[in-house]
Amino acid sequence: MDINFDNLVSAIFLMISAVFACVSYFWGSNYLLDKLLPSLNQTPTKAAKNIRLGNAIRPWLFLGPALLLLTVYLIYPVFDSFRRSLMDADSSEFVGWSNYQWMLGDTKFQEAAINNLLWLIVVPAAATFLGLIIAALTDRVWWGNIAKSLIFMPMAISFIGASIIWKFIYDFRDDGDQIGLLNAIVTALGFEPQPWIQLPFWNNFFLMAILIWIQTGFAMVILSAALRGISEETIEAAVIDGANELQVFFKIMIPQIWGTIAVVWTTITILVLKVFDIVLAMTNGQWNTEVLANLMYGWMFQGGGDFGRGAAIAVVIMLAVTPIMVWNIRNASAEMKGK
Amino acid sequence: MINVKQSMATKVLINIAVLFFVVVWTIPTAGLLVSSIRDKDQLALSGWWTSLSASEQSLIHRTENPRDTQREQNGLFVLRGTITEANGGPISRFGWRAQQPTEYAVGEVAEMKKGKTMIVFEDGSYELRSPEKWQGKKGKRVFYTTTVPPKFTTANYSEVLNAQGLGQSFINSMTVTIPATIIPILIAAFAAYALAWMQFPGRILLVATIVGLLVVPLQMSLIPLLQIYTKVGAFFEVNAKTYMGIWLAHTGFGLPLAIYLLRNYIAGLPREIIESAKVDGASDFAIFRNIILPLSFPALASFAIFQFLWVWNDLLVAMVFLGNNEEQLVLTGRLREMLGSFGSNWELLTASAFITILVPIIVFFALQKYLVRGMLAGSVK
Repeated sequence: MDINFDNLVSAIFLMISAVFACVSYFWGSNYLLDKLLPSLNQTPTKAAKNIRLGNAIRPWLFLGPALLLLTVYLIYPVFDSFRRSLMDADSSEFVGWSNYQWMLGDTKFQEAAINNLLWLIVVPAAATFLGLIIAALTDRVWWGNIAKSLIFMPMAISFIGASIIWKFIYDFRDDGDQIGLLNAIVTALGFEPQPWIQLPFWNNFFLMAILIWIQTGFAMVILSAALRGISEETIEAAVIDGANELQVFFKIMIPQIWGTIAVVWTTITILVLKVFDIVLAMTNGQWNTEVLANLMYGWMFQGGGDFGRGAAIAVVIMLAVTPIMVWNIRNASAEMKGK
Repeated sequence: MINVKQSMATKVLINIAVLFFVVVWTIPTAGLLVSSIRDKDQLALSGWWTSLSASEQSLIHRTENPRDTQREQNGLFVLRGTITEANGGPISRFGWRAQQPTEYAVGEVAEMKKGKTMIVFEDGSYELRSPEKWQGKKGKRVFYTTTVPPKFTTANYSEVLNAQGLGQSFINSMTVTIPATIIPILIAAFAAYALAWMQFPGRILLVATIVGLLVVPLQMSLIPLLQIYTKVGAFFEVNAKTYMGIWLAHTGFGLPLAIYLLRNYIAGLPREIIESAKVDGASDFAIFRNIILPLSFPALASFAIFQFLWVWNDLLVAMVFLGNNEEQLVLTGRLREMLGSFGSNWELLTASAFITILVPIIVFFALQKYLVRGMLAGSVK
């Protein structure tokens, strides 16, 4: 095998240096602070002042690298993308809202927006629902943990790997035996084989199936933990009152885990808004399957790249996650203040 | 868990339902694995679920050089031979025309042009007779149908690992993933400790910001960062697409989750331990190193798995911040390229896909406990 290990060796070397640099930064800056603001062998007022000053500075030493990286990689780009969305292709001239105007009139954007909406409705709902059903069922069989593990496994598979797995299932042949599982089942049942990923409108659902397959395990794990956390007394009380198992599940258990269902739902929603790899690998937006993230990537590099339009599409994705963001921040601050 | 009495029938039904879901969820991956070790000719002709049964194949055999190997027998010129390519599988049908390769059953005498005849037997031996001398050096074609036993091979894997460069991409993926997993942990752990146990103004605001950054879509960062990288690259007169660049990018994108997970965990550690250490005169640095880090191992492990899976499986960041060349193409990028150029060579695609998903699946099954724990902590309650 003709493999070049130089990269890996230099990566390991750089990794060790990076770890060393991090450790020496934290240790060194801390040491320096102690030396500059000594608390021992000082007059009491001086020592107290130094301790106070040291305690005020130290958190920022600990936070420094993280804040720097967050600013460069996430906070600044959010503002910069907004700025560029109001500028032309190479961000040299201010063009006002014209990128957004273009967007509203562009058929490919409309297609992507509608498809994204479809994804947003179907995928979180299907994954959460299936996850809930499977969580409830697997808790009742002795081999439930093995079952859960196997259903959870697609989480570890990359979107592009999953796309190959499913493209193979959707494979279509004009003649001869079908080697794609779906068409083999369809022909065995006596129907005509179909080129699934080229069927307008319905192909979106075949692409969504891939993400549902990946995300159901996530929903199942979280919801299973929530179901186990339900207090036994409420269930026992219902059983004594003569509720059957389905009534217990829908009327007693589900209402108690609404909060968790909402969390799972929103987490998958955020993921869906960013879905990119699956569409890129399966169709690259052909046959009416375009989505915003793939469209954005296209405009970023298409014909030298149009950063104005690309950034405008990114801003749309950002606006779509903003309500969830606000909701999360409010919850988190309430929790912090509660402590 | 529930003390409702279940009838036998319900129990059976529930078991069947669970089995159904498990089968539906594992079959796709199983199909990939089975296909990747099948012989490529069989893979192209029949579904992977038939891979254990023998398959019928129509093939072509050529006789040896007719001019030199023919024998005269009773006034006829005879070509004899045995079809050896069939791997001992029995021959069922044969023919002499490409249009009708299965015209005759074995043992039948096929009438060819100009009084020539052909006969093929089940064991693969055949005889061609002609009243005239056979001409030409090129072997005559015998079309035959045989049952081929199932054939499994590792050839697909050696093909993609060597000729298709998957081996190099595997190393490249490792090169990206290992530092991009370790660096954010270190940086986030210190930040998380400061946010959890140190007093300073703006702490709540910072935590809120990090919670907000958790959901910022990657797409917002791509264009501005690409511009920064190009400028930095031009300034130092180096290539803008470097491993250093992608490590930092993955670190930046992974930090919100890392800080959030670790802060929640570290904030939940018992106050008494930390306060008694402070009373004993331990500095924040010493507390962090000697108390916080060892106690936070489960949270560190959870995040490490998340980050490892995310970076290993990432395609978008690698496509934007790394080059398309042999030294920098990671596994996911390579898969995408192959999907473009070998769209229907399933033996290559399945083997390549399996190589890329192997590492995350091993990590997943080995460290599932920590992954689940991290997920439960990571979902905002």
